[in-house]
Amino acid sequence: MRNFIVLILMLFTKALTAAEWEDEKVFSIGTETKTLRILSSTDTIFFEPIIESFIKNNKDIKIEYFVTGTASLDKIFRKSPEKYDLIISSAMDLQLKLVNDGFAKKINQLTHPSWAKWRQSLFAFTIEPAAIVLNKKAFENREIPTTRQDLIKELRSRPTFFKDRIGTYDVRKSGLGYLFATQDARTSETFWRLMEVMGGLGTKLYCCSGDMIDDLVSGKIVVAYNVLGSYAEARKKQSNEIEIILPADFPTNMMRTAMVSNSTTNLKVSEKFMQHLLNNQTSQKTDQTHALPPLILKPGQQTIILEPALMTYLDKLKRQTFIKEWERAIIQ
Amino acid sequence: MTDKIQVSGSLQNRLMVTLITGAAILGIILFFIVRGYAAQIAQNGQDDILEASLSSILDAAVIHDGTVEVDFPYASLSMLDTKLDDRVFYSIHSDGILISGYEDLPISSKINSEISTFRTIKYKNTTARVASANRILIGEKERIIISVSIAQTQDALSRTLNTISKNVALFGSGFFILVTFLSYWATATTISPLMRLASSVTKRGPQDLRPFEKEVPSEMFPLVTSLNKLMNRLDLSLKQSEDFIAEAAHRVRTPLATVRSYADATLQRVSKKENRDALRSMVRAIDEASRAASQLLDHAMITFRSDKLQKELINLNTLVQNLIINFEPIANMKDIELKFIQISSVEINGDFVLIQNAIRNLIDNALKYSPHDGMITITLGANSGSCLEIQDQGPGFPPEELDKLTLRFTRGKNSNGIVGSGLGLTIVQDVVNAHNGKLKLSNHEIGGACAILSF
Repeated sequence: MRNFIVLILMLFTKALTAAEWEDEKVFSIGTETKTLRILSSTDTIFFEPIIESFIKNNKDIKIEYFVTGTASLDKIFRKSPEKYDLIISSAMDLQLKLVNDGFAKKINQLTHPSWAKWRQSLFAFTIEPAAIVLNKKAFENREIPTTRQDLIKELRSRPTFFKDRIGTYDVRKSGLGYLFATQDARTSETFWRLMEVMGGLGTKLYCCSGDMIDDLVSGKIVVAYNVLGSYAEARKKQSNEIEIILPADFPTNMMRTAMVSNSTTNLKVSEKFMQHLLNNQTSQKTDQTHALPPLILKPGQQTIILEPALMTYLDKLKRQTFIKEWERAIIQ
Repeated sequence: MTDKIQVSGSLQNRLMVTLITGAAILGIILFFIVRGYAAQIAQNGQDDILEASLSSILDAAVIHDGTVEVDFPYASLSMLDTKLDDRVFYSIHSDGILISGYEDLPISSKINSEISTFRTIKYKNTTARVASANRILIGEKERIIISVSIAQTQDALSRTLNTISKNVALFGSGFFILVTFLSYWATATTISPLMRLASSVTKRGPQDLRPFEKEVPSEMFPLVTSLNKLMNRLDLSLKQSEDFIAEAAHRVRTPLATVRSYADATLQRVSKKENRDALRSMVRAIDEASRAASQLLDHAMITFRSDKLQKELINLNTLVQNLIINFEPIANMKDIELKFIQISSVEINGDFVLIQNAIRNLIDNALKYSPHDGMITITLGANSGSCLEIQDQGPGFPPEELDKLTLRFTRGKNSNGIVGSGLGLTIVQDVVNAHNGKLKLSNHEIGGACAILSF
């Protein structure tokens, strides 16, 4: 009986832990003595090249790579910060708040441009746009919209065609989606008009960029708003069915950030990996299908700034207000 | 004399130490004042921004459908961005209950006032500055006190302060070094009249007892006045004693001459050998006494004239020639040849009486110490300079006493049996000093004394 209970408990915890991760992968060549645990919101396929080039030169290190959504990543890490060495996420606001709350270790020996780091603890390593992605077939013989206004006009002109065929992030579930939405809302009122139009047409809500792009390729939806540009680019290389638009009215550029947990037990290795990651991302690299965009600021390009103001929309009251308004617009 | 004065410290050092210590103390005080002031300004700067942020959050608070909404702007936290990425914490309380933000931040207790309170606290293992204020919201039915606190760590502030401290310290050190130089200069300037007085006292000739008349700082006035009084008294007593000696010598000379003539006359008359010997000794003693008296008179005269030289152009050739003619009879008595070598014509500006007296003394000395049948060589104008060399073939100066011979009443060890007062070379030296000249005494290699006078 006791064994049975133990078995049940084991199965239960196993199922529970398994359910936590979108993906989980161990990079090992069998000669290692140390383990580096990376908690990340970046799909394994994008991060694999970086990890593999690292363990090639550091044969004594095993890397465990856990993938989850940005919002749940924040929750998991806050609950047990000692379990992970390196935290990687695209939700800049959540990451910044983690650092502000003292979860990150200062790494003084790293040199990095000041606009791409915060408190010498949070290091940005990509610049990625939020994109509008279209299914090409749906826009055959039609002018491709280049701004949010164009998109609003296009949606209004063919309401029956677009009915239930638009997708965007569910900002309640995705940290990155929430970041994109709040930054858009901060920049322009157009965002709210677009949300209302999209809401009127019955927009599908997604947790992640990957799912959105899947549905876009299959034709389930034809327009996706605020998709991660890098993921879309990678998919476009495989199938030429999608069109990626970086809105010309105001582009939103996000930086993926990494930090070392303050309670890491593998400081040396973590620092080494961070150095490797930044070296890798600040140099021009060979063209791979699944490669993260480098941290190179093109002339005139602006990103969301790493500053305490990122915590503004994480405020409980502000979030409540924003979500309420967002829901009112998109779930009508 | 100087050995007996006990030196304790130096005025200049004491002054410098006082000035530098003062500057150091001032510098340190200044450093702390400036640093404190800078800290206050920097803190005020941080407080101002915190207060602005605070009021922008408070202003955003509204009651909407009976609940509190605080839709504060992005700028509220954006304005708290610093170069060193300081951490920011805030809390929003409604009637004392946390409705958003961080726990455990202190809130303002001034319920009925919107004035912000500031304090520095320990929060999340770091030092943070907290600004807090309250605002009362009046709704349709309710009255709610909104308390907002906003905190910021002080990394950027401490860096600014460190930079300021470093700069102030650097500035202070520079200031201190400057003051050190300045105080050295100041003390040197202050002390210089004293040094000038000391050196002018040192430079004065032994007979120069004139009062000091140059301008002196008021602090030195009593010292110089006393010095002048002392010198005056000294001069007076010196003159009195010299007058006394001259008077005494003069008084003694005439009776001596009388005694001598009687002695001479008596010598002619007595025939007994022991009597004649006694008389001869007497005559010699009288000679010695009268010579001493006349030299004392000479010396007194020279001392007197040295103070007020009556300068004129003197041809030394003529002067020496005349002296030789005068000495010829005495020289002949001892069969001494006086040889005068004139290399060039020498003219000097000086007091005729004094110079003549000095040279006469030198030739007289040479004659006294020269052996019979000897030769005295007088060379004038050697090395195309105005120098006179007198050389005899006598026993020479005792080498160990060379530097003492010019002192008053000092006679060489080998002067026994030779008439002399010990004033001859003293007179020569005094004359030479009065004319800023030199007297060099030496012994010739082949024997004999040599005196070189140069003007």
